[in-house]
Amino acid sequence: MISALVASDFATPHVDYHALAPEIVLGVGICLLIVLDLFLAESRKWLVSTVAGLILLGAVLPVVTLGVIGSDVRSMFDGRYVIDNFSLVLKALFLLSGYVVVLMSSRDTEERTPYQGEYYTLLLTSIMGMVMMASARDLVSVFVALEFLSIPAYMLAAWRKRDSKSNEAGMKYFLLGVFASAVMLYGMSLLYGVTGSTRLVDIGQAVTGTDHLVGVQVLGIVFVIVGFAFKVSAVPFHTWAPDVYQGAPTPITAFLSVASKAAGFVALSLLVFLAFPAAKSVYEPFLWVLAAVTITVGNLLALKQKNIVRMLAYSSVSQGGFILMPLAVAGTGDARTSLRAVVVYLIIYAATNLGAFAVVMAVSRKTHSGEIASYGGLFNYAPGLAAVMTLFLASLAGIPPFGGWYAKFGAFKAVLEARTGAAYTLAVIAAVNTVVSAAYYITLMREMWMKPAPDGDESPVRVPRNLVAALVITGVATLAFGVLPGFSGYGAITGLAGAFGR
Amino acid sequence: MDVLRDQNWLLSLGTFLPLAGVVIMLFIPKRDEESAKLVALVTAIATVAVGAYTLVKFDYGQSAKLQFFTSHDWIRPIRATYTLGLDGISLPLYFLSMVITLLVIIYSWDHIPSPGNAKAFLMLMLVLQTGMAGTFVAQDLILFFVFFEVVLLPMYFMIGVWGGEQRQYASLKFFLYTMFGSALMLVSFIALFIVTKGNTAEGGSFAFSWFQAHGPEIAKTTAIWIFAGMFVGFAVKVPMFPFHTWLPDAHTQAPTQGSVILAAILLKLGTYGFVRIAIPFLPQAAVKWAPAIAVLACIGIIYGALGCLAQTDMKRLIAFSSVAHMGFVMLGIATLTPLGVNAAVFGMVAHGLITGMLFFLAGSVKERYHTLEIRRLSGMLKQIPRLGWILGFCAMASLGLPGLAGFWGEFPAIISSWNPAQALVGDGKLDLFRVLTVVAALGTVLAAGYLLWLYQRTAFGEPNPEFTSHGSGAHSLSAAANHGDDHGSDLHDVNTYEWIAWTPLLIAIVVFGVYPQLMFKVIDPAVTNLMRVFGK
Repeated sequence: MISALVASDFATPHVDYHALAPEIVLGVGICLLIVLDLFLAESRKWLVSTVAGLILLGAVLPVVTLGVIGSDVRSMFDGRYVIDNFSLVLKALFLLSGYVVVLMSSRDTEERTPYQGEYYTLLLTSIMGMVMMASARDLVSVFVALEFLSIPAYMLAAWRKRDSKSNEAGMKYFLLGVFASAVMLYGMSLLYGVTGSTRLVDIGQAVTGTDHLVGVQVLGIVFVIVGFAFKVSAVPFHTWAPDVYQGAPTPITAFLSVASKAAGFVALSLLVFLAFPAAKSVYEPFLWVLAAVTITVGNLLALKQKNIVRMLAYSSVSQGGFILMPLAVAGTGDARTSLRAVVVYLIIYAATNLGAFAVVMAVSRKTHSGEIASYGGLFNYAPGLAAVMTLFLASLAGIPPFGGWYAKFGAFKAVLEARTGAAYTLAVIAAVNTVVSAAYYITLMREMWMKPAPDGDESPVRVPRNLVAALVITGVATLAFGVLPGFSGYGAITGLAGAFGR
Repeated sequence: MDVLRDQNWLLSLGTFLPLAGVVIMLFIPKRDEESAKLVALVTAIATVAVGAYTLVKFDYGQSAKLQFFTSHDWIRPIRATYTLGLDGISLPLYFLSMVITLLVIIYSWDHIPSPGNAKAFLMLMLVLQTGMAGTFVAQDLILFFVFFEVVLLPMYFMIGVWGGEQRQYASLKFFLYTMFGSALMLVSFIALFIVTKGNTAEGGSFAFSWFQAHGPEIAKTTAIWIFAGMFVGFAVKVPMFPFHTWLPDAHTQAPTQGSVILAAILLKLGTYGFVRIAIPFLPQAAVKWAPAIAVLACIGIIYGALGCLAQTDMKRLIAFSSVAHMGFVMLGIATLTPLGVNAAVFGMVAHGLITGMLFFLAGSVKERYHTLEIRRLSGMLKQIPRLGWILGFCAMASLGLPGLAGFWGEFPAIISSWNPAQALVGDGKLDLFRVLTVVAALGTVLAAGYLLWLYQRTAFGEPNPEFTSHGSGAHSLSAAANHGDDHGSDLHDVNTYEWIAWTPLLIAIVVFGVYPQLMFKVIDPAVTNLMRVFGK
């Protein structure tokens, strides 16, 4: 076996091409896209977005075949790059949300920017980073994947060159992101220094070996978590999110709030389950506080927003808190339940939030406004859009039979599974917060259903076909996850390879 | 538990048939209101037909058992199942929900509230129907939760879009209160699951039968806390004092149809939850909570009655009377005796029939007079005698006149509180319950007071000149008189659609009043079966 190899005498690593196929398809696709962009006439640039979409779908194919054929774990590079059910589900999630973002982008960029080739190249590169993140099982590969996905995202946030808000968004995102990376890297270096390995599993074993954690270990763990807390915009490290979300082009905002956030959570889960399983006395209280504060503060700030994107930004901060909840009890509770809760939350949240942003884009084509008040009368002149938006908002609020309830259910169940006073308290805090969050989701519903159109303009909204496709995909997914959550495939996740004592 | 699995598709059909109507209606253009109404009507009739078939096929000799039982895997990773079943407690409520929806749709034929859009209105109504019926037949906690919540959004929109002047405030209040309750309820459901499944990572189940078997085993302190969460969830829905404040606003602002459904069915989801879930699953906690529930119920009875006396708006008065009536239901439940719970289930149905009817009447009065201010209404018996008489009939039924349905909900509830369950007597709570018996009995007097006073002020005397043909308000009303018979005024009496919608309810009120055994014999075996845990 590979693990038997000693590091000193070099042997050509075994490469499992089937396992790497999604990454290979993406990599080749990205190159193809750049070349294609060079040779396309300006009038035919729309082809780029179609091809980008096809590349993403093409990359899903091997994920499916891997899922169908191999039930075993495929491990490469001495267990530093692993394809198991966990990573397959998440790869599919990243690729498909990427596809929806492409659908949302194509019309948008067509109208606003000539740089189609660059846009999609960067988007695909970022997705590539995420796909890698799902398989990374080593501090270095985690870090590389993270930068891979972040750096194109910084540029995409600043895509509207002549819009000062977009520039601000890019700049803010970049500076804070780099700062977070620096903190994280420092934490990683400490961990490496203490444990002598960059492999997550080794770190996990080394941390177990000590009877009590030494100060440096604690520092390393906290720094790494803080770094990722920036990525997932947990309070108090969330301050960049609303400005960036508001300034960035809407498809990119959707992308950041869903895919990029999910990647952060994937990394966080890897660390918690693989690298710190024995350090629960450190990360559990820390994540507990982060989760409670994130849910509460995110909600309270969302309540007073007047702009829909900012509202959704704070809402996504608060939703992030819910995803942190299972991680905060990962050691005391049932680890498998916690891991599943995180994954299923990510999946459902992705479908729902992407859908909500797609509606925002559709509506803004008519109203040219991001104010919540501009949604007045939507039910009268665009009942379909109002209905799907209601679906997404209800899902975010966690009302059955839309997906969100199941996501929240999973989070609650994971937390209660720990059966400690702290866990019960966290569950009650979260339960009360669902009500607070319902208040702002309902504000928007009220605007759409019960208020007249602010300017009296009741002409129907023309929704371009690609947006309709995005809405159908996300809407059907959101409903399906709510009615038959068992089919989402996450049930196949029996654990992280290497975690849970296996 | 024994179950009968014959015709196990029947409940699924009855529950989801309305959704089929919704899907068809999606393809009807918004302008074609007639087709939308027709599809909704046909769907509702078909649903009631399925319900009637269920009534016929129900084995009344074994009404303690779950019948038409079906069970499938639903969400395997969390052990939730798709389990439906119907026993004597569910049957009346299940069928009532179908009938009420049909009647409301008939009533809607010429009463689509402003701002119109019959298609959306009726679609929401049918979705509501699925949620209501599903709640009464679900035999799995997660499935129950989902159905319980499905009613939330349609009702919110019904109040918020088609409601009165303060509709946005009222609908928001309704939504947030209910949401708060159900969030805590969900947490306690999960906690119950985790506690009962023991320390194994796998195992356990969300099916009701599992909790019936294993709920009574859990430690008392834990059970009391879990009960607390369920209590909040169900008590908001009932609503019990002090969680009732959403109800007067929601009822007053909701369109007639919304009020009827809210009063007739939605409130029962809460009481049904107590009877079906909270009390049988956590009997040891129920014994501890019962005195508190009984006290709150009695506060509700008196407070609701006093609230009624202070109202100037007819619809708001009826809404407050709901608080009082649901107090009787909760008092019956809190005794933990078969008699009390029988009374409670009967009271749910009776309240559904009577108060549903009263809200229909309030809607029709509003439509004719364009006001519900009691001060301005008078002489209804002279002006629109049939409507006036029906109002009188319903007021009598509501105050618990023997011989009408309302009596059989209240009277046995009061009686049962004199002799609560053995477990409560053992806890030294007998004196408390006997005091409450007196308080509740006093409540019936107050009920007679406010209802008769309401009737006297609105129906007796001379018609208010502002609503007679010589009065100033006549012109705006004359249009409405076109399709009604004229009685020397511009106000039309009960019209055809109203007759069709109301007659079944009126007949049911009399039938169940004269022959309550008809329902008691269906409910009783099931209730006795659930209440076995409390001894006598």
